[in-house]
Amino acid sequence: MKLTQVSVFLENKKGRLFEVCSLLGKNKINIRALSVAESEEFGVLRLVVNKPQEAVRILKKRSFVASLTDIVAVEVEDKPGGLASILKIFDKSNINVEYMYGFVEKFSDKAILVFRFDDPDKAIGILTRNKVNIVGKKDVLSL
Amino acid sequence: MVINYWDKEHETLDKQALKKLQLRRLKDTVEAALKTPFYKSRLCKAGIKSCDDITCIEDLKKIPFTTKDDLRECYPQGLLAVGLEGVVRIHTSSGTTGTPTVIYHTREDINRWTDLVARCIIATGVNQGDIFQNMMSYGMFTGGLGLHYGAERVGLTVIPIGSGNTKRQIQLMHDFKTTLVHATPSYLLHIYSKLEESGFSIKDLVLKKAYLGAEPYSENTRKKIEELFAIDAYNSYGLSEMNGPGVAFECLYKCGMHVWEDAYLLEVIDPKTAVELGADKEGEIVFTTLTREATPLLRYRTRDLAFIYKGECKCQRSHRRLSRITGRTDDMLIVNGVNLYPSQIEEVIMRIPEVGTNYQIYLEKEGSLDKLVVKVEIYSKMFKGDLAELDNLRDRIKDELRAAVIINPVVELHEPGNLPVFEGKAKRVLDMRQKL
Repeated sequence: MKLTQVSVFLENKKGRLFEVCSLLGKNKINIRALSVAESEEFGVLRLVVNKPQEAVRILKKRSFVASLTDIVAVEVEDKPGGLASILKIFDKSNINVEYMYGFVEKFSDKAILVFRFDDPDKAIGILTRNKVNIVGKKDVLSL
Repeated sequence: MVINYWDKEHETLDKQALKKLQLRRLKDTVEAALKTPFYKSRLCKAGIKSCDDITCIEDLKKIPFTTKDDLRECYPQGLLAVGLEGVVRIHTSSGTTGTPTVIYHTREDINRWTDLVARCIIATGVNQGDIFQNMMSYGMFTGGLGLHYGAERVGLTVIPIGSGNTKRQIQLMHDFKTTLVHATPSYLLHIYSKLEESGFSIKDLVLKKAYLGAEPYSENTRKKIEELFAIDAYNSYGLSEMNGPGVAFECLYKCGMHVWEDAYLLEVIDPKTAVELGADKEGEIVFTTLTREATPLLRYRTRDLAFIYKGECKCQRSHRRLSRITGRTDDMLIVNGVNLYPSQIEEVIMRIPEVGTNYQIYLEKEGSLDKLVVKVEIYSKMFKGDLAELDNLRDRIKDELRAAVIINPVVELHEPGNLPVFEGKAKRVLDMRQKL
């Protein structure tokens, strides 16, 4: 099952990240996971939130450049080698990871990681076959 | 296509009759000019003591050019050809780049100017029943008042809001079902970028046409405006020295701007040698007023670069067509020894769909070398959330610019709305090199 990530284009300018976060906070949108990818003078803020569609609508209304991106979140054993075991599956099946980052919280004793694949449907199929637990929308809302 | 005319007789005058009319009016203009201290001495030195010294239209070449500097030196009254009691309006230039210049208008000058603007409006297929929102500045800037008078004469419903106050502009466009706007291209693009934020979408508007002018812009910018708003956009050309808008305007066919040659004698010259150039050859535009009483100007060098299109227009108007202004003789930049016009950069970036509605050209010194920075806002709908995609976009803009202008630029991507916005003429070039 795919999750929806909010991607925001940000100029490398003082206070810009703060503006995004406080805008979302004011609108009762909860951030579950985030990462920032940066280039020289701009970056892309990636967010997993409880209400992605609404977050994008609010951001766009305030002239932010924002869009929705499909991602896959999976549970990974929270122990040495846990991530490697997942990556091994991808490696064997020729699945390319564009980027990844981690959740702050978890809802079992396992860690949650977010992956962006060039072919998410294929990746989900392979993960399911390998009995990896994919985090659904409901799970994110329950965190 | 239905072609309407405001003054069919003059707009479709055959070449021979037009030439005859021009000669008669040129003689009148020389006569009027001789009443000003400036032209009296200038023309006498050139051997022209009365209008009888002009016997054919080719005699125009005996008359020396008038330059912007001449106008500055004549400030405030050196070019006034009538008593001040006959003047009903004064327009001065801002003087931001030096001494101001002034143009005086008699009641008849305003009347004729208004008729020329009315011709332009009718030529674009606009008519009574159209709702016209005039987004050009009013006041000393001639863009606002010029179109306003012409629009009222035609009988349009005019909303004289002037420039700025974007949210209110959008609200009024919606509330009064505006069908026609007059704005600088940069401001119209800014309006588009603010639609969503103002709680509207393009579907809430019934806009049909736009008049663009007052700043240089590329054909790709016009196309972009036409696509974003789903309208027809017409190029307008004018300069305060020649009244303002209403000098040249596109008709329904949008293939160059008809210069009203019964009101302005048009020449295109090589800016270096001052030799007249033929059709299709780009050069400096030179105008002589033919119907102006208070401030006649002879062979005024506009410093605007353009060319005249060959052939006739399908609209039957006999007045020749001028290309868009491709640059100014004085806005050329020299970057590391390479000549560069800002319009060349605009041409490139506006054809890239991921580029938004605003950009800026920034020049600075890096050591002894010039550094060209092109800052562009990205088009928000094109953003898919990918950093690599943005890096690719930046590289693509860079490559295309390098191919077009032979200079290696630095390209910066910006969020929409973060580069400076201009409500009047856009100032896109920031040259910081002199200050270092």
